[in-house]
Amino acid sequence: MKPFTTVSAVAAPLDMINVDTDQVIPARFLGRPVDERYPDYLFHDLRFDADGAERPDFVLNRPGFRDASLLVTDRNFGCGSSREHAVTALVEAGFRAVIAPSFGDIFYANSLKNGFLPVRLPDEVCRRLRGMLHDGPGGEITVDLESQTVTAPDQTTWSFDIDPFQKRKVLHGVDDIDDTLGEIDAIRAFEREYDARMTWLTTRRTR
Amino acid sequence: MMPRTMFDKIWDQHVILEREGNTLLHVDFHFCHDGSFNAFAKLAARGLPVRRPDRMVGTPDHYVPTTSRSIDDLASDDMKRVFRAFERNFTSHGITHFPIGDPRQGIIHVVGPEQGLTQPGLVIVCGDSHTSTHGAVGAIAFGIGASEVTHVMATQALWQKRPGTMRITIDGNRPDGVTGKDAILAIIARIGAVGGTGYAVEYAGSLIRAFSMEERFTVCNMSIEAGARCGMIAPDDTTFDWLKGRPFAPAGEQWDAALGFWKQVPGDPGAGFDREERLDGAALAPMVTWGTSPEQAVAVTGAVPDPDAEDDDERRAALVAAVDYMGLEPGQAMGDVIVDRVFIGSCTNSRIEDLRAAAAVVRGRRVRVSHAFVSPGSGLVKRQAEEEGLDRVFTEAGFEWRESACSMCVGMNGDVARPGERTASTSNRNFRGRQGPGVRTHLASPATAAAAAVHGRFVDIRGL
Ligand code: SF4
Repeated sequence: MKPFTTVSAVAAPLDMINVDTDQVIPARFLGRPVDERYPDYLFHDLRFDADGAERPDFVLNRPGFRDASLLVTDRNFGCGSSREHAVTALVEAGFRAVIAPSFGDIFYANSLKNGFLPVRLPDEVCRRLRGMLHDGPGGEITVDLESQTVTAPDQTTWSFDIDPFQKRKVLHGVDDIDDTLGEIDAIRAFEREYDARMTWLTTRRTR
Repeated sequence: MMPRTMFDKIWDQHVILEREGNTLLHVDFHFCHDGSFNAFAKLAARGLPVRRPDRMVGTPDHYVPTTSRSIDDLASDDMKRVFRAFERNFTSHGITHFPIGDPRQGIIHVVGPEQGLTQPGLVIVCGDSHTSTHGAVGAIAFGIGASEVTHVMATQALWQKRPGTMRITIDGNRPDGVTGKDAILAIIARIGAVGGTGYAVEYAGSLIRAFSMEERFTVCNMSIEAGARCGMIAPDDTTFDWLKGRPFAPAGEQWDAALGFWKQVPGDPGAGFDREERLDGAALAPMVTWGTSPEQAVAVTGAVPDPDAEDDDERRAALVAAVDYMGLEPGQAMGDVIVDRVFIGSCTNSRIEDLRAAAAVVRGRRVRVSHAFVSPGSGLVKRQAEEEGLDRVFTEAGFEWRESACSMCVGMNGDVARPGERTASTSNRNFRGRQGPGVRTHLASPATAAAAAVHGRFVDIRGL
């Protein structure tokens, strides 16, 4: 996994609550391979109209925000389905982190597995950040994982919380599966005892 | 020992080890569907085997056509590729699966319980957010993404941080016309789409206890729409009676051993929750959503809210956007909303009781929308409904009687409505574009959706 340390980049304000994974990438694209077309699937139906023309109002189509690599949005970003394609679409389109007051649980977990950082900041902070970005398109935000801080275009800094265990994994790009397989003896010991008790558990037809 | 909640008891039994406040949790069953190809590909790329094929089961649902049982009829080459990968993956790893054409095929969240694999006291995961469904028997069941699916395939374990616990209690007698679907829509309307974020929710109270297993699945299914990690209901005789005799449920001496264990699954009396919510069961009514989030739900006798009544600018803008997308007027009565299409299906409401409830409303009437169809939750549900003659009730009314799949819940198999069309749907998400670009989705119970089909608009089923 690609580590996440610090990113300073243009940020775009997305003034929407409950941006679900169907908004991030519509279901009809999910069977497609990850290739050079993938960035076009991101926010597809918000960015393009039915004829495939850009919707000029959508923030990522506006001057100053087209090259954004960070997003600042509103509560419950990434709610809905468990599709990891939502994170893939953001990553493929060059995004590194998203800042919001709250996230869909599964989206949050999926993000960390892909070195994409979901940053929780309070409602009023997200609001203020979005306001600054609207007032100064092209404004840069810095997200620093080591110090757990977000620095606004006006240099105001806020700190954010992240679980230390998850922080370490993302910071160092730890491979989860390798890490867990390092514990295989403990897993086997657990299962020996557990399976001996729960003798009826199998997905193989027994009768 | 301190009294523990059901969630804590099940969790504690699955702890392999802990590190920095995170738990490596043992997974009992891993359910899979046709969207699993990404995870299998990731596993193959690392050259790893499926560690416990005896704890995995799969059935295709998302890409499956409802008009045919043939892979050749799939709408696109992308889908055909997905399907062939499904067959190849499950066969080569020796995993039990119910492929297309097998009568047991269906939506995984219908099939798992139907086959008796969904059992009390277990940790169940699946690469799908509505895995919360399985919590209805008293299990910890939650959705995971493709990386975590790969992790479970490789290790049969998952790193998790223990969520908080929340209890939602609904006491009271069931009011006329109120189903599990109405209860969960009322809960989400109350606590909001992020109300459950960070929590494992346990549903309790006399109204919940009175719900059938089918209704309990519906309630737990939509826990994720309130943001919750999972939803669960303590197992009781309703649960045990329902499980008995199912193909993968224990039998004979094993049944006795399992039953002894299952009876220990409910939380201890006096166990404390991090958060408690209460709803008055007597105040519940048939519900329908008006907006683009499941939290935007009102009684069917209610009206679209007026955004101008909202003081906060951003919140008002969000309401305006939802009303606008849905093509409604502020203050419009839900009873005046004209419906174009009706979909009865999805892992929320496609079980036999759901079809019976819809058929009871439809019987002897004619469809007054441009299109209505039923997609039973599994091949076995379909067969049972046909034995009961429900298929004829639907087709005589003008419904199409289709095969089992996720279908228009998400439209990945090509079952979508047209831009601007308004659907009444028994599914779980009314997100923008969920049922096709520009489509306007209203969520409702099977009876309320069926009533919309035969009246052409939303009606209060209590007056029928
Ligand atoms: S029926 Fe809908 S919600 Fe359920 S698993 Fe299928 S797509 Fe997901």
